[in-house]
Amino acid sequence: MTYLAKPKLHHPGLTKNAVGYTRRDYEGKISTLCAGCGHDSISAAIVQACWELDIQPHRVAKLSGIGCSSKTPDYFLGNSHGFNSVHGRMPSVLTGANLANRELIYLGVSGDGDSASIGLGQFAHSMRRGVNMVYIVENNGVYGLTKGQFSATADKGSKSKRGVINSDEPLDMIGMALLLGATYVARSFSGDKSQLVPLIKGAIEHKGAAFIDVVSPCIAFNNHAGSTKSYEYVRQHNEAVNRMDFIEGREEITADYAPGEVITVEQHDGRFLRLKKLSAEHDPTDRVRTMNYVQEHASRGEVVTGLLYIDPKAIDMHEHLNTVDTPLNQLDVEQLCPGASALEKINASLR
Amino acid sequence: MTPIQATNDFVVKFANVNGSGSASANELFARSILRMGVPVAPRNIFPSNIQGLPTWYEVRVNEAGYQGRRGGVDLMVAMNPQTWEKDVKEISPGGYLFYDNSKPLSESKFRTDIQIIGIPLTHICNATYSDPRQRQLFKNIIYVGALSALLDIDPAEIEKLFSEQFKGKEALLQSNIKALKLGRDYAFEHLTCPLGLRVKRANNVGNKVFLDGNSAAALGAVYGGASVCAWYPITPSSSVAEAFIKYCQKYRVDSATGKARYAIIQGEDELSSIGIAIGAGWNGARSFTATSGPGISLMTEFIGLAYFAEIPVVLINVQRGGPSTGMPTRTQQSDVLSCAYASHGDTKHVLLFPEDPKECFEMCAQALDLAERLQTPIFVMTDLDIGMNTRLCDPLEWDDTKGYDRGKVMTYEALEAGADFGRYNDIDGDGITYRTYPGTHPHHGAYFTRGTTKDRYARYSEAGPDYIENVTRLLRKFESAKKIVPAPKLLPAAHPTKLGALFYGSTSPAMIEALDLLAAQGIAVDALRVRAFPFADEIDRFITEHTGVFVIEQNRDAQLKSLLVNEGQINPERLISVLHFDGTPITARFIVDEISHHVAAHTVVAFKKVVS
Repeated sequence: MTYLAKPKLHHPGLTKNAVGYTRRDYEGKISTLCAGCGHDSISAAIVQACWELDIQPHRVAKLSGIGCSSKTPDYFLGNSHGFNSVHGRMPSVLTGANLANRELIYLGVSGDGDSASIGLGQFAHSMRRGVNMVYIVENNGVYGLTKGQFSATADKGSKSKRGVINSDEPLDMIGMALLLGATYVARSFSGDKSQLVPLIKGAIEHKGAAFIDVVSPCIAFNNHAGSTKSYEYVRQHNEAVNRMDFIEGREEITADYAPGEVITVEQHDGRFLRLKKLSAEHDPTDRVRTMNYVQEHASRGEVVTGLLYIDPKAIDMHEHLNTVDTPLNQLDVEQLCPGASALEKINASLR
Repeated sequence: MTPIQATNDFVVKFANVNGSGSASANELFARSILRMGVPVAPRNIFPSNIQGLPTWYEVRVNEAGYQGRRGGVDLMVAMNPQTWEKDVKEISPGGYLFYDNSKPLSESKFRTDIQIIGIPLTHICNATYSDPRQRQLFKNIIYVGALSALLDIDPAEIEKLFSEQFKGKEALLQSNIKALKLGRDYAFEHLTCPLGLRVKRANNVGNKVFLDGNSAAALGAVYGGASVCAWYPITPSSSVAEAFIKYCQKYRVDSATGKARYAIIQGEDELSSIGIAIGAGWNGARSFTATSGPGISLMTEFIGLAYFAEIPVVLINVQRGGPSTGMPTRTQQSDVLSCAYASHGDTKHVLLFPEDPKECFEMCAQALDLAERLQTPIFVMTDLDIGMNTRLCDPLEWDDTKGYDRGKVMTYEALEAGADFGRYNDIDGDGITYRTYPGTHPHHGAYFTRGTTKDRYARYSEAGPDYIENVTRLLRKFESAKKIVPAPKLLPAAHPTKLGALFYGSTSPAMIEALDLLAAQGIAVDALRVRAFPFADEIDRFITEHTGVFVIEQNRDAQLKSLLVNEGQINPERLISVLHFDGTPITARFIVDEISHHVAAHTVVAFKKVVS
């Protein structure tokens, strides 16, 4: 948390991206979260990813629920419309927004309290529907804003700041996302920006329900010994399966790596994702095996990170519904209203 | 007991078993009378069940065109052994009992003051059909055939309805005509035709249309430009969304691409349904959800958000009997207060009260305009009686010259020209502020929507003055709403009177009839139909101009009266509640009884005062 106002003037020498924006243009208001909060690192990663992808900030809609994580959309992309909705209900509001205008980029930011407890149902059904969005859960295993209660993703046996041992099974958001039909599933760590930024970029470019579980330590209430969501614990148990480069081009690049070290995945728009493999056994295009892989490692206490699953040919909700290409919010009376003569025929059929 | 003699003015009630295919046969019966130019008002009385439980279909035949439920039964078509005793008991003295006499019943099962009409339906079916399903379905047509003979209904009208229904399906058409004839032939051969009850061709239907309120509401949503619908199945509102699907498939598919100019999501629950509708409304698409009381309870948190963050959305509430699961298949007007004040904190919502399917159509379309003009949730308060029964009403109308009112939306051009955009900044003084659609302009017009308190530029603020400015502006907005919601409709008595009556929604047909009956008794009552909340000033004036005002409602707690007293400067003593809440539609008889008893009691009191 800082009390220093951000200077409004930008250094003239700041690098601009292809659409003419500097990285500063993607920032939002000053964060009111605790100094050192993992969530602020995620906000910075979102800023970086959008800048690098040359996205115009106003073409992003950022939505959230309630909680520390859900406050963050105010702290990035200040020129984007934001919607801080009600607790656990971001997915439905985002779904509706997406239906109204398929041309914007939808970024849903939630937390483990917001998505794994009250919002579990909405999280699940938005995955099932294949809403084209980036759904980030800033996962710290704790209720920060109400001062330190366990959340549903807290590991069994982990210790709260007050010394209570959690006896409930944790909710595995990654496992659920895989099961529920998310077509881009990744996990990362707020402390690993070099891993997180490409994962967010990949998620933005993905057409379909992209889910990223970001372990994001709560500096105030869940960063102590005995916590499994502390900086120290996650650094020690982080098991990255791959490192992702996001490739903008449409030509497949095969140079530089020995066979088997790199996976290139063609996206829906013909562009490529390049993944440098760190684990020989993991294939991110095999959903069933990924589920096993993640569970096996979890049972050994390892937090598997990286791009865990991708269906590059995913179909999103609009394709399921076969909606017109023009955003629904741009249709006018001519396209929407059948008119008086059609009503006359309807009247005639009702006699 | 003399048998009841009535032409074009009687009630036929069908007692059936749910799932036996009787619904279409019964509707056929009703429509055939309609085709003879005689108005009918049919009502389904059905259980929350798919197969096996009792269900009734009541047809009021009434040449004068009264559409309310009359009460009493002149002819009972008793096809359900389960409810035999109750059904037989319900017949008015001198009335008729039509039943299947294939199996003999002991004399004690009957009444002596009614006419008994037995017809061996099961025997006829078994002798004609071998397929059990055909036996069941054609049994229904056979009884329609027999009834047509007994009531003097023109069989040509029924055959015409068949030919419309089974267009291109010659085999089905012929087999239905055959079944109809089986019933008619038996009746002519063995029974005295026609009965004292009969249908005589008239010319009182005119160009009226016959449709249910839920279909009409859905059509209103199509015409009103709703492009996003999110819903969760709940009786009695499901058929709103289902009809919306049907009409969209017909009228909203791009002919060139085959793509849909609409999106419909069946949510996982009412929470997501309203959330989706709100998300779409926030992003500039016209959206709605359809639900009933329990759904409103679930949506309440979101309704508060849409009120406070000022997001357009339409809720079609097809009310049923509450509280809790209540009476899912019965009708009430018992969500008036829960909708008017839905959510924690200080809230008030706009409610529209349609009286029939035609107004369901009009008000749903209008609600979409009002939602965007006022940037707030709009409730269309229909109910099961209107929603799930076909009703004869004036043809639906649409003015092609009238576009949609998209409300105050700041455009790219205005932002580019340097307009000062404050999402909650009341520059016009009407409490309604400008909004922007997400993605409008690269540098201006973005704001953060939230359920928390904010200042006029949508910045988070818990400062008292900001809060007060915001919520008093919302009151100003509610005042602005008063001027644009549907105005009340006055039904003046033929003579000057100090008695008044306020009513709303599905009470309308019973009320109109009751006013005529009261007038015939010499009781003149001015009536005012409330069509919306916030209440027009005219309603206050109406109450002040009358010494006693009856408020007719279909709930236990006099909810509209409470709202009137709470929101207006009204002395509650001037208001006399007439409350009907057993789940059946209110009748003219009930209203007349209540009002005439009250009038008589007060006349007596006045007389005593005079002599003492």
